[in-house]
Amino acid sequence: MSTKTLPGRDAHEPRTARPERGAGRRRLVLRSTARGRQTRAAWILAAPFLALFLAFMLVPVVWSLLMSLTDTQSVDLRTPLNVSFTGFDNYVRLFEDEQFVHALRNTAVFVLVGLPLTLATGLAAAVALNSGIGRFRAVFRVGFYLPVITSVVAVAVVWKTLLEPQAGLVNTVLGWFGIDGPAWLADTRFALPVMIVMAVWRNLGTVMIIMLAGLQSVPRSLMEAAELDGAGAWQRFWRVTFPLLRPALLLTAVTTGIGYLQFFDEPFVMTDGGPLDSTLSATMYAYNQFGNGNYNVASAAGYVVFVLIIALTVLQFRVLRDKD
Amino acid sequence: MSTLSALRTAGPDTDRTLRRRRIRQKWGHPWLYLPLFGCLLLMVAPFLWMLSGSFKPEADIRKVPPVLIPGSPTLANYRELFSSLDFTTMFANSVIVALAVTAGNLLFCSMLGYALAKLDFRGRRAVFSLVIGTLMVPGLVTFVPLYVLVSNMQLTGSLLGLILPFLAAPFGVFLMRQFISTLPDELIDAARVDGCRELAIYWKIILPLTRPALATLGIITFLGSWNNFLWPLVVAQNESQYTLPVGLALASSGQDFTRFGVLLAGAVVVLLPVMIVFLLFQRQFVAGIATTGLK
Repeated sequence: MSTKTLPGRDAHEPRTARPERGAGRRRLVLRSTARGRQTRAAWILAAPFLALFLAFMLVPVVWSLLMSLTDTQSVDLRTPLNVSFTGFDNYVRLFEDEQFVHALRNTAVFVLVGLPLTLATGLAAAVALNSGIGRFRAVFRVGFYLPVITSVVAVAVVWKTLLEPQAGLVNTVLGWFGIDGPAWLADTRFALPVMIVMAVWRNLGTVMIIMLAGLQSVPRSLMEAAELDGAGAWQRFWRVTFPLLRPALLLTAVTTGIGYLQFFDEPFVMTDGGPLDSTLSATMYAYNQFGNGNYNVASAAGYVVFVLIIALTVLQFRVLRDKD
Repeated sequence: MSTLSALRTAGPDTDRTLRRRRIRQKWGHPWLYLPLFGCLLLMVAPFLWMLSGSFKPEADIRKVPPVLIPGSPTLANYRELFSSLDFTTMFANSVIVALAVTAGNLLFCSMLGYALAKLDFRGRRAVFSLVIGTLMVPGLVTFVPLYVLVSNMQLTGSLLGLILPFLAAPFGVFLMRQFISTLPDELIDAARVDGCRELAIYWKIILPLTRPALATLGIITFLGSWNNFLWPLVVAQNESQYTLPVGLALASSGQDFTRFGVLLAGAVVVLLPVMIVFLLFQRQFVAGIATTGLK
């Protein structure tokens, strides 16, 4: 493709292609030097990224796997090779640890409830803004998207004050309606749902923006054709619009799901995993193990989450990809 | 126009349907505005509560019913924040780390992205699959060995430890490659004919044309770094290396939690700079995010 010989090039390159040889040979030499030049340039351009990538991504990924199969502790920090191989002991220990199983269950609830809610509310917002209203679209778009750009830590701090049982805004407003609001974050029934609501609040804007772009790219002629064929608004949406949105929705679902499976900032700030581990996430469990010096267990927990991420991604591709 | 006037003469009844249709076209479904404004209020309420609370004396925050505009606004919370918690240093750390990480990603990802999109070299496919294959690897998997690595490099005590592991992210390569692939090959071929050297093509031709994608990647990377929490929490050893989220999170979990005003002021310091930039450039911002979703 890009190695094709260009007219006029021969004249500029008498040294690489000796004129006494045949034309075919000359072309070959030219091609190979052009390619050689590209190869060299490509590796020079790739080198900085690849060096960093090797050191801070590939090596840690493999190392972490190996670590999860050993008895590495924090005392082995300076001599990381001076450890012994223990096979799958750490993984067995993980699944025997009730706390980890509990953390996995919390993580699963967070993802399985939070992700569909985020996608549904984001999609609903996009449809409402796209075809429901004609004015103030930009205002709604900015307002709904605003939480997306925020730091989870900062909004978790704000929500923690909002949910404070006595002086928080939430219970004050509930009080106007005669409802005695609970101590949200100190109650095992409410702490995790509150975090799910916060995650939906923070992330629905991403789904909305991407779906809005998708909705605007649906050809008008297609909708008119469907309308002529007698399809109602509901049918038009599910039969015509939604299939066109599916690839973009899949991508958002995958990236949001990867984020949700690693949720950590919310419980760290709001509950420290409590009450009674009801908001302990898998990442938080790994972080605590790391803090206790159990590098092997922390790595194993990380790999368990990694496997879950892959499983969730595959599942989403199955559910959301085009069915043909 | 002629049909319009014809319709208008047809009687008051059609006149009304016509007006209704015109309103419909301009406004959509009028009944949707009220619930949407309700949702909008819910979406921004936490930010209003934060802003207003950060300027209130402690007693006023807890006053029932709460008031939006503080009766006796005060800067005491902010003063407290910057004097006792050293938010100045944390703010500077956050800015330095985010700028360095963004600059690194823009440069390194566009370099590799260009090579993968337009240069013909051996190993191109292998490199691409290797980099894309790690897109899904969570930070949770790498943070323990990274900690061992960074602490053995004696970097846990410096900002470099916060910057180095994030300088080259696979996502950036993906974005850059996708964008650069859409640029015409003829441009590059023409430059070659004119005797432009390979690296100069990248720097003088590709990079300027890639500006929209660079802007998007820059925004995403900067935000990611500014809001990043787990790694800075793990690696920062003392207050002089804390970034804003670390400082705020640790303050909120300590004894200070009872003091809403200071915490809300801290949240404002973390959120407001990003929000202002977003509100100023929201059009480009949103367009950039939307395109990354569609590719």
